[in-house]
Amino acid sequence: MTAYILCFVLFSIGLFSVVRKRNIIKIIIGIGIMEYAVNLFLILIGYCKEGRVPILTEGQSIKNMVDPIPQAMVLVSIVLGLTLTLFLVAVAIRIYEKYGTFDITKINRLKG
Amino acid sequence: MIEIHLVLIFMIAAAVIAVSVKDLLSSVVAIGAVGVGLAMAFLLLKAPDLAILQLVVEILSLIILVHATTRQDLPFSTSGRWLFNTISTLFFVVVFLMVAHKALKGIPIVGASLPGAVQPIMENVPAKEETGNLVATILMKTRAIDTLGEVAALFTAVVGVLAISRKIGRTGGGNGL
Repeated sequence: MTAYILCFVLFSIGLFSVVRKRNIIKIIIGIGIMEYAVNLFLILIGYCKEGRVPILTEGQSIKNMVDPIPQAMVLVSIVLGLTLTLFLVAVAIRIYEKYGTFDITKINRLKG
Repeated sequence: MIEIHLVLIFMIAAAVIAVSVKDLLSSVVAIGAVGVGLAMAFLLLKAPDLAILQLVVEILSLIILVHATTRQDLPFSTSGRWLFNTISTLFFVVVFLMVAHKALKGIPIVGASLPGAVQPIMENVPAKEETGNLVATILMKTRAIDTLGEVAALFTAVVGVLAISRKIGRTGGGNGL
C-alpha cells in the first residue's frame, strides 16, 4: 500500500507543477512526471509478489507470474508519452519564436 | 518491496528538484533522473521490456527537452495573485488525493495480482508459440489493431510537429508568423 501512496505523491508533484508553474517547459515536465506516476501505478497493480517475468519457457505454466496485460498497455502508453512530449515541445518552441518568452502570463496578447 | 520504495523515494526527490529548481537545464536533467528511476522500478517489478523501452524513450525525450531549453528567456514575473494561485493549486492536489484515497479501497494490495485474464489469451495462441514473451504475444495477437493505432498516433504526431515548426507560411516568404 505504501508504494501506491508514493505513486500518488509523485502524481501530486506533477499536478502541482502543471497548475502552479508559469514556465511552459516546467509544465511539460510536470505532465511527464504525471505520466510516469500513472505508468508505474498500472504496473504496480499487475505486480505479483515473488512473481516471475512474463516470459514462458519450456514446460512452465502461467502460474506465479506477473500480469502481462498491464505491461502490454503501458508499453503503448510510454511511446505515446514520447509523442506527447515531442508535440508539446514543438508548440513551446513555436510560442517562444512568436512571443520571445516561455512565460504563460506574457503570451496572452494578440499579435500578428 | 523495500527496493521499490527506495526507487520511488528517489524518483520523488528527483521530481521535487525538477519542479523547484530555477535553471531549466538542471530541471531537465532531474526529469531524466526520474525517468531512469522509473526504468529501474520497472526492472524490479519484473517488466524488462518496459524498462528497456523506458530507457530509450527517456533518452529521446531528454534530447528533445534540452533542445527546448537552449533558448534565452526574459526574467519571469513573480508578482501577481501569488495567494490565489497557491490556494487553487493546493485545492487541486487535495481533491486528487481525496479521490485517490477513495480509490485505494477498491484496488488489491501490492503484490496480490493474479494473472487470470491472460489464460484465455494463451489458449488462443497456437501451440508452437506457447513459449516466448507474453507481452509481445499480447501486443502482436490480441492487441494488434491497437499497436497499429499507436504507430498511427506516432506518425500523426510527427506530421503535426512538422506542420507546427514549419518556417515558411502559406503566403510564401516572410517570417511565417
